[in-house]
Amino acid sequence: MKKKFAVNKTYEEINEKIKKGDAVIVTAEEMINIVDEIGIVKAAEEVDVVTTGTFGAMCSSGAFLNVGHTKPKMKMEEIYLNEVSVYGGLAAVDLYIGATALPENDPRNEVYPGKFEYGGAHVIEELIAGEDIELEAYAYGTDCYPRREIRKTININNIRDATLFNPRNCYQNYNVAVNRSSRTIYTYMGVLKPNFSNATYSSAGQLSPLLNDPYFETIGIGTRIFLGGGIGYIAFQGTQHAPFGIGRTVKGQPKSGSGTIMTVGDMKQMSTEFIRAASIVGYGVSLFVGIGIPIPVLNERIAYYTSVKDSEILAPVYDYSSDYPSGEVIEPIAYVNYEQLRKGVIEIKEKKVPASPLSSYYKAREIAEILKEWIKEGKFDVSKPAETLPAPESEVKIEREY
Amino acid sequence: MKESSIRIVLTLPKETWDNPVICKLIKDYDLVVNILRAEILPKMEGSAVLELKGTSDKLQKAINFLKSINVKIRPLELDIIREDEKCVHCGACIAPCPTNAFHLNAETFRVEFDKLKCVGCGHCIAACPTRIIYSPDF
Repeated sequence: MKKKFAVNKTYEEINEKIKKGDAVIVTAEEMINIVDEIGIVKAAEEVDVVTTGTFGAMCSSGAFLNVGHTKPKMKMEEIYLNEVSVYGGLAAVDLYIGATALPENDPRNEVYPGKFEYGGAHVIEELIAGEDIELEAYAYGTDCYPRREIRKTININNIRDATLFNPRNCYQNYNVAVNRSSRTIYTYMGVLKPNFSNATYSSAGQLSPLLNDPYFETIGIGTRIFLGGGIGYIAFQGTQHAPFGIGRTVKGQPKSGSGTIMTVGDMKQMSTEFIRAASIVGYGVSLFVGIGIPIPVLNERIAYYTSVKDSEILAPVYDYSSDYPSGEVIEPIAYVNYEQLRKGVIEIKEKKVPASPLSSYYKAREIAEILKEWIKEGKFDVSKPAETLPAPESEVKIEREY
Repeated sequence: MKESSIRIVLTLPKETWDNPVICKLIKDYDLVVNILRAEILPKMEGSAVLELKGTSDKLQKAINFLKSINVKIRPLELDIIREDEKCVHCGACIAPCPTNAFHLNAETFRVEFDKLKCVGCGHCIAACPTRIIYSPDF
């Protein structure tokens, strides 16, 4: 007899239920209690989709814009949007604006810690808000693209395409940052006070999308997602996607960064409620991105994964004054769980250390709720990935002989 | 005589930038001065947030002295402003705040701002990634 699951649902069956309005959709927070009460098999029978959410600063984000042809035509090479340098090494009027790009005249960290008041992320946020942006571009001129210079105002409503395309988003898990040195440091993990005086973390934990599908059994290329307030997709695995050979906890969740996704979506659908620029003191500019992913409960193992709670997810604690910047492979100082982190105090080397977040659990919850409503209304269904993302085989064995 | 303390926000005219104003408060008026924040730059209008402790008589005289050199004074209360409706509740302001005026609500996970605990140090202003915390003085 072959070992198999007690519950076996297909994407098609779940989508049929969504279409009829019969599907049961819950958030990853709600799933915890459901599994506690009725067990994984019954939960897998009853619940069709679990929605997740996260809202955090994701530096590896940016947008492809096509700003429309000029008269006469021009092959833009050196391009600025509100004085922020953008990448023009593409076709005539295509460009890519990276979230962390800065204007040339920004003082950076020359006056330490730098304030980083404006950058690519702000241009992206202002575009989404419908504000006018100043475009300045230069070209060398060709027979087919003779124009050499232009200054004009662009607006998301009058450019051809605005596509958010983020090479790495939604880290499966993330470090907890502390500072063992004797001076305050300014990092992408926020302000870290000396001598382990505070800790910062950045994950939605039990609500976080990739922690609810730890082996990427349902999340893959082509998965339809909530991206920045609109509908987006997973384009590919994100850069630095590395779910292999790492420590995991009982329900399969990695104890370190692990997997990532590359996301894409139409900026014209997005909202500044879920895409916001971030100026991180002493570090630079980044982009807050809101992402939600629906997880179809195909079998009881997926019900089991999605029942994971903060107390069962461990995050590694790293020193950001010397260990992290060194680039060396160094063992974490400790592991702590998200329940402790969210209560605001962790213990490191027998010292009580206050912990605070950098990603918004409030927004993560809002996103999971919106996604739930979208699916209930039938405006969003679950998509079978064209390919699942590279991942090790699940070590969570709950199949039985039936 | 009974001692009391006040927290005030000073705006110092540019003419006073090289005057030892704080020193005078201490030596001439016998006050305990706690500088919560100060930004004094050459030949520019400066600002400072001070906690002054002393007898009410001497505090009054010190205030009169500050007014006599055209320093503008107002109480600290309304100093730090957060545009609540724009807050994304990320939590970046929590760690830099020395008085726990910002804290995470364990139920809603919104970052709450308790103005009564705020001492107006302004550390949250630079730490807020969305720049929605500000003060008219800094």
